[in-house]
Amino acid sequence: MIGVNRQGEVWVFAEQEAGKFSDVPLELMGKGRELAETLSVPLAAVLAGDGVAPLAETLIAHGADKVYLVEDRRLGHYQAATYRYVICRLAEQYKPQICLFGATPLGRDLAPTVASELKCGLTADCTDLQIGDHNPPGSDVTHKNLLLQIRPAFGGNIIATIVNYDRWPQMATVREGVMVMPKPDASRRGQVVRCRISLDGVVAPLEIIETHHQPKKVNLKAARIIVSGGAGVGSRDNFKLIWDLANCLGAAVGGSRAAVDLGFVDHDHQVGQTGTTVRPALYIACGISGAVQHRAGMQDSAKILAINTDPTAPIFSVAHYGIVGDLNDVIPRLIKAIRGGQRIAKAVETAKA
Amino acid sequence: MAYNCVVCVKQVPDTKRITGQAMKEDGTVNRAALPAVCNPEDMNAIEEALAIRDAHGGTVSVVTMGLPAACEVLREALFRGVDRVVLITDRRAAASDTLATSYILSCAVRKLKPDIVLCGRQAIDGDTAQTGPQLSEKLGFPVITYLEKLLDLSGRRIKVRRNVGNGYEVVGCDLPVVVTVMETANVPRPPAARKMMKFKKARCPAEVAKDVEDRMPNATSEARTEETQRRCQELSQRGLLIEQWDLDDIGADLAWCGREGSPTKVHRIQSVVLTGGEYREFAPSDEGVATLVGELIEEHTIG
Repeated sequence: MIGVNRQGEVWVFAEQEAGKFSDVPLELMGKGRELAETLSVPLAAVLAGDGVAPLAETLIAHGADKVYLVEDRRLGHYQAATYRYVICRLAEQYKPQICLFGATPLGRDLAPTVASELKCGLTADCTDLQIGDHNPPGSDVTHKNLLLQIRPAFGGNIIATIVNYDRWPQMATVREGVMVMPKPDASRRGQVVRCRISLDGVVAPLEIIETHHQPKKVNLKAARIIVSGGAGVGSRDNFKLIWDLANCLGAAVGGSRAAVDLGFVDHDHQVGQTGTTVRPALYIACGISGAVQHRAGMQDSAKILAINTDPTAPIFSVAHYGIVGDLNDVIPRLIKAIRGGQRIAKAVETAKA
Repeated sequence: MAYNCVVCVKQVPDTKRITGQAMKEDGTVNRAALPAVCNPEDMNAIEEALAIRDAHGGTVSVVTMGLPAACEVLREALFRGVDRVVLITDRRAAASDTLATSYILSCAVRKLKPDIVLCGRQAIDGDTAQTGPQLSEKLGFPVITYLEKLLDLSGRRIKVRRNVGNGYEVVGCDLPVVVTVMETANVPRPPAARKMMKFKKARCPAEVAKDVEDRMPNATSEARTEETQRRCQELSQRGLLIEQWDLDDIGADLAWCGREGSPTKVHRIQSVVLTGGEYREFAPSDEGVATLVGELIEEHTIG
């Protein structure tokens, strides 16, 4: 356990696999930078692995002031025990005040064991992080400049803000896509701190026998238009309507958690707090009531069209366009109008040419 | 070789069917107002343990922490054929976060001398997926998260396929171990009718005491205590008394339990109240839809 350290840095765990970053550690550098500047402390990345030194400059370009680099042959393949050991030893030595992890399968394996060993708090799947003050109920002490860890909970019925004022570091995980990735600046300068942490005597209990990684089949984050269906679609068969509309727009298909849980569409398509966070040019929500977890994953879309039979559905609160009606009736009309519109647009283009 | 499996389960509010006031004024969950179910992936963990016992012999024990009402999930486990169930209940454990919960569970699990500890990957009320890995750290056991298929178990060695999101990994590990089980790992068996007939009457001492209080409102507390003891003894003889442990029974250090032992605190809870948005409404007719599509094409959002 480390205590409160007001001079402590803001840390981001720089998750990499086989020498490659996924998006989330780089996205976290943007939020980390903002938190570090509010607190007037440096932003540092923790980079562990085997032969990963060349990645340090990417982290600096994305906003890191410092990179703690730990290289060891035994860190070549991730496992919780060795990575946990490295991060806990670094945390004890440098006493960071905040420590952020991506809420990836790896991050969700690692961060809880780190928090458990350091006996500090951890908040999963935050949708926002801010700095603010906290007064414990019944106390006149004000804890200043804490990490406010904000996340929906209980099926989206509440938004909880969690703090951790006495047992630091303040730890949180954040899903991919929630924070906006900063533009890299190759001219930024930072310090690489090579750390020697001996792994001699540290047991690596898992024997990694086989690994199979396949590229994600669905790339919702890159889609310009997303058509999403919810429980209101009714069945997996009827989800064909969503696919049809998406096909005619060249759009990707998304689904709410309810649609995924009901088996209408596969988990890769899930949009929301525990799925993918998206910001397309157009998001069409069909038969989605709009629980806060879902909205957390799509409300920053440039344009949102909601189609729902219930005019009081929360999805309309974030929509720019709304159609109150039965999607079974509205979607075919939409497809017809889009096909017709595309023909007209094409004719206009041709005429201009 | 036979294995002792211990499964940790959680009674959760059915987040799809929340009614009434979900939160209390102090910002903690009002569990009393919520329909409760056994966390779905914990049912997969129970099934995995039962499959291990079916194939290799041994025992399956199920542990939960919560109010006496959480015995409902223990009965669900008994209906499916587990050997032993334990309720950890103690007012001093209230408001525990994942760190304190995993500490308390570790004290109880250690008493059961497991070879394999199984947890659901995550609970539907918080979706944190933290308790399994934290329990492993507290026990000093290795953890294998996201079990999708148990490939081999022989001697003191387990081999599993784990789902790592963008693919899978096959890992081997020596026992004892903590595994967290995915929904895709198996299909939980239904309750067995005969076991249901038998174990629907299973109760923990706190449930018995509550029932005695309700039925003997005018009796002295001594008379109630005596009646409670009598009924518990009777249940025990029929193998229907659910074991109930408090924090002293499991030797937990109170500094690491409950509110005191929980580093995370609630700063603020906002109920989600939505006000009407300022969206533009289009009629669900051909005309309305065509106007909307025309606008979207006009501004180059589509087309």
